[in-house]
Amino acid sequence: MHFLKDRGFAIPSSEVTPRDVYEGRRHLLKLLAMGAAGATLSAWAARVALAQSTTARPNKLAALPGSHSSVGGTMEKLTPYQDVTTYNNFYEFGTDKSDPGRNAHTLKTRPWTIAVEGEVKKPKVYDIDELIKLAPMEERIYRLRCVEGWSMVVPWVGYSMSELIKRVEPTGQAKYVEFVTLADPKTMPYVGSRVLEWPYVEGLRMDEAMHPLALLTFGLYGEILPNQNGAPVRAVLPWKYGFKSGKSIVKIRFVEKEPRTSWVKANSGEYGFYSNVNPKVDHPRWSQATERRIGEDGIFQKKRPTLMFNGYESQVGQLYAGMDLAKYF
Amino acid sequence: MSAVLKPGASTIVSARSPARAKPALLHPVAKPLLFMLCVLPFVWLFYGAFANTLGANPAEALIRSTGDWTLRFLCITLAVTPLRQWTKQPSLARFRRMLGLFAFLYVVLHFLSYAWLDMGFDLATIAHDIPKRPFALVGFTAFVLMIPLAVTSFNRAIKALGAKRWKALHKLVYATVLLGLLHFFWMKAAKNNFGEVAIYAVVIAFLLGWRIQQRLRSA
Repeated sequence: MHFLKDRGFAIPSSEVTPRDVYEGRRHLLKLLAMGAAGATLSAWAARVALAQSTTARPNKLAALPGSHSSVGGTMEKLTPYQDVTTYNNFYEFGTDKSDPGRNAHTLKTRPWTIAVEGEVKKPKVYDIDELIKLAPMEERIYRLRCVEGWSMVVPWVGYSMSELIKRVEPTGQAKYVEFVTLADPKTMPYVGSRVLEWPYVEGLRMDEAMHPLALLTFGLYGEILPNQNGAPVRAVLPWKYGFKSGKSIVKIRFVEKEPRTSWVKANSGEYGFYSNVNPKVDHPRWSQATERRIGEDGIFQKKRPTLMFNGYESQVGQLYAGMDLAKYF
Repeated sequence: MSAVLKPGASTIVSARSPARAKPALLHPVAKPLLFMLCVLPFVWLFYGAFANTLGANPAEALIRSTGDWTLRFLCITLAVTPLRQWTKQPSLARFRRMLGLFAFLYVVLHFLSYAWLDMGFDLATIAHDIPKRPFALVGFTAFVLMIPLAVTSFNRAIKALGAKRWKALHKLVYATVLLGLLHFFWMKAAKNNFGEVAIYAVVIAFLLGWRIQQRLRSA
């Protein structure tokens, strides 16, 4: 992808805060607050203030703090917690966007184990609480673009998937990672509906899963994940359409062949294995060139343009160098 | 639905004494009352759009609900004739035009909300988008087919056309409802979600099947 080279995420050196300024930031912030510092720093101060405001917890669920991470960081306005937790696609709990928020309270997230198996030297069944302690938690503010044409900005809490992958030591045969999610008809009322084949299965190529942006996610807004957002552990892949990010994962398998994912099985003409966000490759039923930001774009506001790889092109573009993205959509 | 069922309910009485049931349907407030009921979804959506009560994605909610109401009003309109025959209440027919025009109101709102909220009234984009997507093209065709029906809905148009030609023209509604159903089916097919589509399909199959049966019987 050679068009749209700079999406603004490669930080020019002029933007990098000088070390002494950084180290004296608290003092500077105070000065700024008193209006004593120059206007040139006010934008920077605003960003810091914004980043700090993201840790404001909704105080609904147990706290799960994460250290502020710059990986994939965006300074866009966060989507309100209310919207993030009431407008969901989680078909195990119903196909309407409001269904998961209403129905997912039945999900039991303890005890919970995640089996890591397949082409690895150290297969292991992790208890969820062990997995949570596996690596330091980070807060990552990512854009989320749904294949349906809407988007959000969510402060996730988790760590890079690569942390887990490194520990289980994949063999040379491991070319893909498959994520199997829970399919429990007792707690998930719509498992058994014919919309999809259950359990919901997603997958990544090994290099995609190893990319630092690929997040094993346990929380959002500084708290553990609400059930409707995929508790207790889910994937978040910000450069792909949302459905690639499996929720309530129970099994992670390392395999040699490309996994047959649920949406590919259901409709391979409309949903591909890669499903990278791409404004130039339309869904057969609608254009992917634009999107509506939930909770921010007014109802009568023009939709905003969708960015290549959801704006993460400078980070992930090289994973797909030379690939025909219209063919491998 | 209740708008249609209400007058129907009064026919329980009519089985005994048709003369007494008649006034309910012919009552001067019957039409305004039905009008109020039909306009309710519009009022609710209009209010919701400005009071922000349509959920996290109000634009999508507006586009979807106006589409739903179009299909519902088409079904209700097509139910008038069979209901009229079963309940032996010929006066039900006087509500049909209004119901049909409400179907047209909702399809206009549906198209406008798509054109405005999804396409930003960018005519070039719309002209490019519709023919590219079969599901949109089918929906747009159904909308276009409804225009001549709405335009010829007033008495003078009926007179000018002559009853025969007017009736023939208004058979277009059958094509419209089938195209509308196909549009809905194709939209839902993206997510393999056919529950709601199946309900409309059964209702429409019944309404059109009844007409085919009538035709075969009279032939």
